[in-house]
Amino acid sequence: MTTTTTPQPNTRRPAVVSSARPSTSTVDRRIDDARTGVPALLVDHVTKRFTLGRGRPPVSAVDDVSLRLERGEIHGILGANGSGKSTLIRLICGLLTLDEGRVEIFGLDLERDEMAVKRLINRVSVDAAFFKKLSPLENLSFAARLYGLDAGTGKRDAMAILARLGIGEKRVGRPIEQMSRGMQQKVAIARALLTSPSLLLLDEPTTGLDPRSKLEVQGFIEELRTTHDATIVLTTHDLAEAERLCDRISILNDGRVVAASTPDGLKRLVAERHDQPATLEAAFMTWTGRSLDDDLEAEEDSDDED
Amino acid sequence: MTHELKASFAFVERNFFLTRRYWGWELAFLVYSVAGALSISLIGVEQGSPTLLLSLMIGAIFWNYLSVVFSWIAETIAVERWEGTLEYTFMAPVRRWTQLLGSCSYAIVYGLIHTAAILVVLVLFFPQLHLSQANPATAATFMALGSFSFVGIGMMAAILPLLYVERGAQMCFVLQSCLLLVSGVYYSVDILPPWMQALSHLSPATYVLDGVRQGLIEGTPVTALWGDIWPLLIMAVTFIPLGIWAFGRAERYAKRTGKLKRVG
Ligand SMILES: Nc1ncnc2c1ncn2[C@@H]1O[C@H](COP(=O)(O)OP(=O)(O)OP(=O)(O)O)[C@@H](O)[C@H]1O
Ligand SMILES: [Mg+2]
Repeated sequence: MTTTTTPQPNTRRPAVVSSARPSTSTVDRRIDDARTGVPALLVDHVTKRFTLGRGRPPVSAVDDVSLRLERGEIHGILGANGSGKSTLIRLICGLLTLDEGRVEIFGLDLERDEMAVKRLINRVSVDAAFFKKLSPLENLSFAARLYGLDAGTGKRDAMAILARLGIGEKRVGRPIEQMSRGMQQKVAIARALLTSPSLLLLDEPTTGLDPRSKLEVQGFIEELRTTHDATIVLTTHDLAEAERLCDRISILNDGRVVAASTPDGLKRLVAERHDQPATLEAAFMTWTGRSLDDDLEAEEDSDDED
Repeated sequence: MTHELKASFAFVERNFFLTRRYWGWELAFLVYSVAGALSISLIGVEQGSPTLLLSLMIGAIFWNYLSVVFSWIAETIAVERWEGTLEYTFMAPVRRWTQLLGSCSYAIVYGLIHTAAILVVLVLFFPQLHLSQANPATAATFMALGSFSFVGIGMMAAILPLLYVERGAQMCFVLQSCLLLVSGVYYSVDILPPWMQALSHLSPATYVLDGVRQGLIEGTPVTALWGDIWPLLIMAVTFIPLGIWAFGRAERYAKRTGKLKRVG
């Protein structure tokens, strides 16, 4: 374990407890990190291939992807189905091994500093994976213990986060299988927040939520950034959500980053270069189309933008 | 270290929650186990041989213990894999031995309680049994020693559900019945063909059952059973590290090939 660039793990408190406190220390630290040049997440020329059968050529699910997230940033990943978003997320949280490249989280190497890195990250995926016969509280208390929270704190924090997400006390003791998909998804979000991750990986967290729940979750994500010093990677198919939440967006196509910029930057680019309306939808359609003649132009442009 | 131990308790607690939630099934499983043990023991009654009765009873009860421990370890992985939570467990900052230690501790406690319940029923059912010369210390020693090697085998078996979601758990049963066949649970291994006898030396259950029978039927003290003890000691100290190592290898393989994924 390296001790040279120890990241400051968040104080073990869920965001809800300290809702509206603008933290100057967060900003300070962000400036600090920017100065020392330690990004919250560094994905450096990462490639992952899957072999789908004997004799068939391997599929490059993620192909030479590089990303750099500063602390406190919300980075959106857009792309069509099968473009490699979830694979990228899995690579970052160590559920898949890298074929090529390297990943650093707050300066810690994903493979070398495995345990330290694991403590800093958590993930919410599209499917709410739980022991469905157990209650939200039982599932969350399991997660809390795995991350070293003591039982009492774990339970209190879990209740607070669940309540904040609209899951009342009478629900927390009943089996998860009796909940709707959207409610299960909220419990999944609560599970991730419970461990106070410094880097939160959200893989389509709002897919399947009703409009109000969606707004609630989005509000919560914003709140996480401002009051909780979390850095977030967010994949979504909801372009309005991406626009609302993301500081920067990378568009993936066939495992490659074909465009990366701020939401406004992408809109401007698609209008100027491709004579399209200045919307994220137009950007999505343009860059995730299958013709990729000038596929790296936006990436190059975005570099001189920031 | 304290963190790891605490974290391993997470698995104990979670498995306890599962048992509690499925209590109806636990009861049904107990009925199933009792019925199985009874029907085998009754062969001894029919033959009019108290020694055979006791021998079969011991086989049924201890096989039950070993298979319950074994399958709990493999099954918790199977359930996690099935529910998709395994990805989250693997993301958590705990070492793999911590996870396996937690699962195994729970499996042993569960196995002991389950087996004790069967023992009580059988003793009540066969009042003609007299265990006056039995040496319970011998039986307990062998059971404790045998647990270690079965934990190791359980860890290796857990690889199957790790890699094969749908059929992994069933494949564990295949392994279990092969062990049953060669371990002399209901008969002496001497009657097996030579090649099977060779295999029986590799099964810890062979030594456990032999030791327990000697202890309960003949009243032999542990000290006189060194021949059964040392293989178990060797298996205990090799199978557990081997199990952890093999599981780790399988995990790496799964992460390389993308086998952990369920959906999404
Ligand atoms: N475990 C796996 N084994 C084999 N192939 C995989 C695996 N996971 C992903 N792939 C392949 O990698 C590619 C990218 O898949 P991925 O799940 O990352 O896409 P995605 O962008 O998340 O799509 P969606 O929007 O549908 O969630 C697809 O071609 C998929 O078939
Ligand atoms: Mg996906």
